[in-house]
Order: sequence, then C-alpha cells, then structure tokens
Amino acid sequence: MSEVSICQKEYVKGMNRRKKVIHFARFFLLAAFLLLWETAARREWIDSFIFSSPGRILTTFYQMIQDGSILEHIGVTLAETLVSFGLVVLVGIAAAVLLWMFPSVSKVLEPYLVVLNSLPKSALAPLLIVWLGANVRTIILAGMSVAIFGTIMNLYTCFTEVSPEKEKLIYTLGGKKKETLFKVVLPGTIPNMLSIMKVNIGLCLVGVIIGEFIGARKGLGYLIIYGSQVLHLAGFLQCRISWKGKREPVDFRGEMWYAFFSIGRVFVLEKEVFYV
Amino acid sequence: MSSLLELQHVSYAYHSMDGELLALSDISFQVEEGEFLAVVGPSGCGKSTLLSLICGLLKAEKGSILLDGRPVKESRSKIGYMLQKDYLFEWRDIYSNVMLGLEIQKKRTPENIGRVERMLATYGLSAFQHVRPSQLSGGMRQRAALIRTLALEPGLLLLDEPFSALDYQTRLEVCEDIFDIIKREQKTAILVTHDLSEAISVADRVIVLTKRPARVRAIVPVSFQLEKRTPMTVRNAPEFKDYFNTIWKELNDRV
Repeated sequence: MSEVSICQKEYVKGMNRRKKVIHFARFFLLAAFLLLWETAARREWIDSFIFSSPGRILTTFYQMIQDGSILEHIGVTLAETLVSFGLVVLVGIAAAVLLWMFPSVSKVLEPYLVVLNSLPKSALAPLLIVWLGANVRTIILAGMSVAIFGTIMNLYTCFTEVSPEKEKLIYTLGGKKKETLFKVVLPGTIPNMLSIMKVNIGLCLVGVIIGEFIGARKGLGYLIIYGSQVLHLAGFLQCRISWKGKREPVDFRGEMWYAFFSIGRVFVLEKEVFYV
Repeated sequence: MSSLLELQHVSYAYHSMDGELLALSDISFQVEEGEFLAVVGPSGCGKSTLLSLICGLLKAEKGSILLDGRPVKESRSKIGYMLQKDYLFEWRDIYSNVMLGLEIQKKRTPENIGRVERMLATYGLSAFQHVRPSQLSGGMRQRAALIRTLALEPGLLLLDEPFSALDYQTRLEVCEDIFDIIKREQKTAILVTHDLSEAISVADRVIVLTKRPARVRAIVPVSFQLEKRTPMTVRNAPEFKDYFNTIWKELNDRV
C-alpha cells in the first residue's frame, strides 16, 4: 500500500465528521419534533383529541400488536400489494412486448393508453367494486389499475429506444425480430425495467389502499377509514406510519425515518391519496 | 471465371411522405475472391446504403446483386457485416459476445466453438474472454467485434467505417490489426470509408463514388512494390502520394 498523505487523511476525517453531524441532525430533528408534539398535547396547546400525540399513538400501536390486529391488517395489505405488483410486472412486460412486435397495433392503441393512464384511478375503484363485488380480487385489480398503463407506456418507450444499429447487428448475424427481442431489447432494458418497477410497487400500494377504503374488511386502507370515521385519530395516524414505512421496502430504515416525519404531514397525505 | 460479387446497374431510392430520394444510381462493379476493395465518396452519398444492399438488408429497386452467381437474398449468411461501432453487449462477457452469431444461427457445434476460441487466442483476446466489453480498449473491442463476425465464416466481409469511432492513433493500430486478420483468414472484404489514406492503405482497388445520387466515378487499382504490405508501410511508400492525389482529384472533380 502506498503511503496516505496528510491532506488525504484530513479529507477523510472531515468527511467522516460531516457524516456524523448529518446523522445526528436527522435524529435530533425527529426527537425535537416528537418532543414538541408530545409537550404541546400534554400542556393542551393543541387539542390532543384532534391532533393526537406520540404517546397515544404508541399506546394504540402497542395494543394493536398485543391483540394481533395490526399485523393481520398489514399482512393483508402487503399480500394484496405484492400480488398486484407481480401482475403488473407480468402483464406490463407482455403487453409492451406485443406493442413492440406490432408497431401498427401500437400506433392504433397509443391514444387509448394515454387516456387510460390519465384517468383518475381513485375514481375507478368504486366502479370496480360495483362491477366485481367487494372482494380481494377487486382490490388487487384496483392496485393494478393505478400502475399498469403507465408501465406499458414506459416499457414500450424503452423498447423502441433501443438503437436501430443494434437491431441491424442482429440482422447481419442472421437473426430476426425474435432474436432481436431476446438478445438485445429485453436484456438491454433491464435497468429501465427495474426503475419503472421501483415506482410501481408504491403505486400498487396506493391503489390497494384506495380499494380497501371502499370495499374491504381488512387491511390498512380499511383501518384508515375505520379510524377516521370513529375519529379515533390515534389509530388513524399510527396506521399512516406503518403504511408509509412499507411504501418503499428498499431502504427500510430511511423510510421509517420518513414515516415518522410524515405524521406531521398527515393532512397533506390525505390529499395525496385522493389525487393519485 | 466469374467474380465473387457482382453488382449490375444497381439503383436504390429512399421513400418518405416528402418524396423520393435517389441514393444510388446505376452502380456496377465486381469483387474478386480474396480482394480488398475500398469504397470512398463524399459523406452522405449512400456508401452505407450500398453495403446494406449487398448484405440483403435492403432490396435493390433496379439491377441485380449476385454473390457466387446467385442473388444475395439467398446467401445472406455468407456475408459478414461490421458496423461503425462495435456494439458489444455490456451484459455479456467477451466470450459470449463473440459467440452471439453462432448462438443466433444455432450453430454452436464443438467444431465452430473451437474455431472461435482459436481465433480469440491468435488475436490476443484469450485472457479477456470473461471480461466485460467496457474493460477493453477500443482496439481490442474492434478485434472482438471482427471475431464475432468471422465466427460465422462469411465468404465476404463488409466493413462500414469500422474505425470512425476511434481516435486517430488507435485508428491506425486497429486498421493494422484488422487488415492483418483479414489477410490471414484470407477473406474478401469491402471497406466503406470517407478517409482517403485509410482506403489507399488497405485496398487493392478503390472505387470513387460521386455525390448523391451516387454513381461510380472511377475505379483506381492500387498496388505497391513492397515485400510485405501493411497499412503502415504503405503510408510511407512513394506511390502513396500519387494515389492520394489521383483519388482526391476524382472526388473533387465537378461533373
């Protein structure tokens, strides 16, 4: 190993210190916020019946863990989300491949896809319930409906952006459309697929929650509606936490931090849900 | 004796809603077995179109293109094509990149695989078989791309400005490499380029095309009195400058 210069050491030390400060500041901000909230509730600066308090949320959470209900609700929502996500992946890729294989068909269908994608999907959920009944199948479909059209359009765009020169290469090596698909288009767009799917898992969750708002007896969406209806705000806010925490499973720790913060943004979130 | 490749009065036009664009007009020439032919012309004159026609990607509107006396459409697999960039796929290592053609044509016999592996060894890529393309230098990538083309044992090799994406120094080296490989494997080749020196340095004959619509302006035979001809040695030969001037004049003569 070559010797590390003093300047390099200084630099590394500085960067490490910076990292520590950032971590501390993050934690401090959260703690300060919770403390302020709790104090405000106890001193009756705010009405804890309306705004709840961290202590009340924790108590409710603890109770729900004890009787097992929260785990069941989370489990149901998680399962529904995963199934609808899986279906979006399969159906999305299959549809995009078909569009890519038949450019004329994709030209015909393009305006329909744009319209379907821009439909307010939350408005679709009540219709789905009326058509298909209040069951798990409907909720999964509601989850899919939010993500599927965007997925097809994005994937198709990625497919068509594969360089024509690469297609030419496959043709000069004696291949046809099928070989182009399996040797160039699909393997070449895997990074794009992954980033599209990362967005999708969140969208599916939103769709599932919307579905559960209206037509479920189990799941986080049901819990939110139930909580807000009985003005049991503690339960209501707390399930926001677990919802938010699950939204992007990749960076769980980071998301949990985010989740705790979003307690304060709960009414903003409420809007988000209905505007998706 | 008939030529390996024969073009007879070939014309081709591109069509769009705005109208018709004549790219090639009445092109005729022959290529003999083992010959290295270079095609030069102003940029955008339809040189690449010519190669696409020869390898059967496009169909000539008029005239005929015969390989071994038969229409090219029937013998597409006998023609190898090298594109402007190497287009090695990053998700495959070098080994499976060069095997791509055999894989597509379902010709992965032990014999074919052995032959490709020998080529990798001969041209200094054995040690890099299981490396991703991005870890190779530009020159090595071009060699890998050529081996990928040669894996299918083409009788005729089409080179579409294969050095144009490289910097000047690499370009000279790669040109030397590719020339060497083509001669050793005894391939017939057509090189399309806009670089006159490059054309003269490798070719037995240079075909000069006019501006669009491209016609054959002149066919200049190139020969050197050298013991061992390589693109580098040729550049220092006294005849080189004369050929350059002749072709330069042909290119710039207004009709």
